[in-house]
Amino acid sequence: MATAAAHQTARTHGSAGQEGDIDADDTYQRVFDATVAADERIEPRDWMPDAYRATLVRQIAQHAHSEIIGMQPEANWITRAPSLRRKAILMAKVQDEAGHGLYLYSAAETLGASREDLLDKLHTGRQKYSSIFNYPTLTWADVGAIGWLVDGAAITNQVPLCRCSYGPYARAMVRVCKEESFHQRQGYELLLALSRGTTEQHAMAQDAVDRWWWPSLMMFGPPDDESAHSAQSMAWKIKRHSNDELRRRFVDICVPQAESLGLTLPDPDLKWNEERGHYDFGPIDWTEFKEVLKGNGPCNEQRITQRKAAHDEGAWVRESAAAYAAKHSTRTGVEQA
Amino acid sequence: MTDTDWPLWEVFVRSRRGLSHTHAGSLHAPDAAFALRNARDLYTRRGEGVSLWVVPSSAITASSPDEKDPFFEPAADKPYRHPTFYEIPEGVKHL
Amino acid sequence: MTREAPAPTAAHTADAALALGDDALVLSHRLGELMGHAPVLEEEVALANIALDLLGQARILLSMAGDEDELAYLREERAFRNVQLVEQPNGDFAHTIARQLYFSTYQHLLYDRLAAGRSPFAGLAAKAVKEVAYHRDHAEQWTLRLGDGTETGHERMGRACTALWRFTGELFRPLDGLDLDPADLEPAWLESVGDILGRAGLAVPDGPRTGAWTAGAGREGLHTEPFGWMLAEMQHLHRSHPGATW
Repeated sequence: MATAAAHQTARTHGSAGQEGDIDADDTYQRVFDATVAADERIEPRDWMPDAYRATLVRQIAQHAHSEIIGMQPEANWITRAPSLRRKAILMAKVQDEAGHGLYLYSAAETLGASREDLLDKLHTGRQKYSSIFNYPTLTWADVGAIGWLVDGAAITNQVPLCRCSYGPYARAMVRVCKEESFHQRQGYELLLALSRGTTEQHAMAQDAVDRWWWPSLMMFGPPDDESAHSAQSMAWKIKRHSNDELRRRFVDICVPQAESLGLTLPDPDLKWNEERGHYDFGPIDWTEFKEVLKGNGPCNEQRITQRKAAHDEGAWVRESAAAYAAKHSTRTGVEQA
Repeated sequence: MTDTDWPLWEVFVRSRRGLSHTHAGSLHAPDAAFALRNARDLYTRRGEGVSLWVVPSSAITASSPDEKDPFFEPAADKPYRHPTFYEIPEGVKHL
Repeated sequence: MTREAPAPTAAHTADAALALGDDALVLSHRLGELMGHAPVLEEEVALANIALDLLGQARILLSMAGDEDELAYLREERAFRNVQLVEQPNGDFAHTIARQLYFSTYQHLLYDRLAAGRSPFAGLAAKAVKEVAYHRDHAEQWTLRLGDGTETGHERMGRACTALWRFTGELFRPLDGLDLDPADLEPAWLESVGDILGRAGLAVPDGPRTGAWTAGAGREGLHTEPFGWMLAEMQHLHRSHPGATW
């Protein structure tokens, strides 16, 4: 595929063998560093260190994959949503996730990656998606818990990304965050209706929160002292806050929200620490986190199998449309939507 | 390009009458007709636009960073093109 | 042959609202089943848009006949009045598109006429006709690309158009409560669908357009076997908690 000129980086200066190249690279590096330091954005055609580019491709792709794999646990309940209002909300939300996946794949493509290649890496396990989506949605209340806790954690992570040093990623995140504001609220409202509903509904809500709480805390990634990529990402201003910092912020937000819901969080160690000005919480089971990450979660295989099946079964459709376009390669410049 | 790898299109949205089309992002589509429809679904599903352009990404010629200085510095050097360059006594209206 | 449309009564209006509402609800549900399974990501967004439009229409229409959730979740299969076409399973993407083509062409012609009339449906139809015009365009564009693309596409699209052909006659049966006779829409439908199939290099199917069962079809509450399973899935949670609010 021809990479768009608008997305292509002028990298000719990277070629070895010519005198003065090292100096040139040095200059480029200095311009890059100064741009990041001044809190300005790096744009697609700017020179950037290879490692910066690779880190971004990996992170944006993982983010995009998470959006489209994340459609599955929620789409699992579209056909069973218990009211037409809830059905409409859930469909709109799952649709947004497909849209967010598309925004993010677009951002990754500005770095020279192709979507086809990124999808292939997802399907063959060479790129990851957020481990949270390897947990199943067993009851309707899980849809609410995902909205409140999983989207809540995602938003806590994503809001700082709107100021990420790479322009296209930051712009995609602005759009995503704007659209996601309703996702968390609908989840909270859904749980509130259940919590205030019948005894069975209340129990369903509590059960869902009990199952989703700890995996949601794991979404912020390993503790700071074990996080492999954190320091460099922070220096590059791809990442703005540490994993533990964001996790603390999330816990502080959730505790009073749970109280208003009339639900408890499944952590006996959770209590306000006056001195630190934060809630203390119990230890996270990082063994489970690592196991799920490795592929041993309840749904890892199911999620990839479904994704791959949709892609493979759609191949003839994409091929037919491409063949039609080749046959009728007329420009329809006057058309306006 | 493989058979299933549809080309990339850049999408420009006019958010309301009176404004220019602004770059919104990109998408994949087999042809222009579909690019337009996909753009409508993807970039205007909350009523963000009144008009759309789609352009094959490969049709865009961009200035290169190496050309940056000669390209843009002369413009930066002409502050008199900007209204804030001029000092106007307080109280003078409609300027 | 134009049948004189009877003067609509309130009961007739509710019946028609139910029939049109069930059409929209059931098709929306079928499209909802596809989320996460579309052939390309852009199409996930497009199909969801169509499903959401239809669900919006269904909610307005069902509310004209009673409580939307009671009607959607607590009726038995025999009380549903949707045409059999919309309840047909998604099948492969060609079947989904053939179903969309047949139904959205009909719905566009119908809403266009209703919007110009004075029935209680005029307001809804005036808004929905724009949505449905887009659904129709989407189905036509895909019919062309599948029919006139690769050989596989051509075969699959041809098979799908033929398989669903026998559910298209029911669309034009009389429906009390409307200020028009659906039979009047049939010539335009045949012409439009025939034109698209022709441009896609597909033959217009030559089989019968209705089943042989004289007892009736969807409008009489007689459905096909997959529909019972669809309702079981759709209704089970709501029915498991009688009286609960969600």
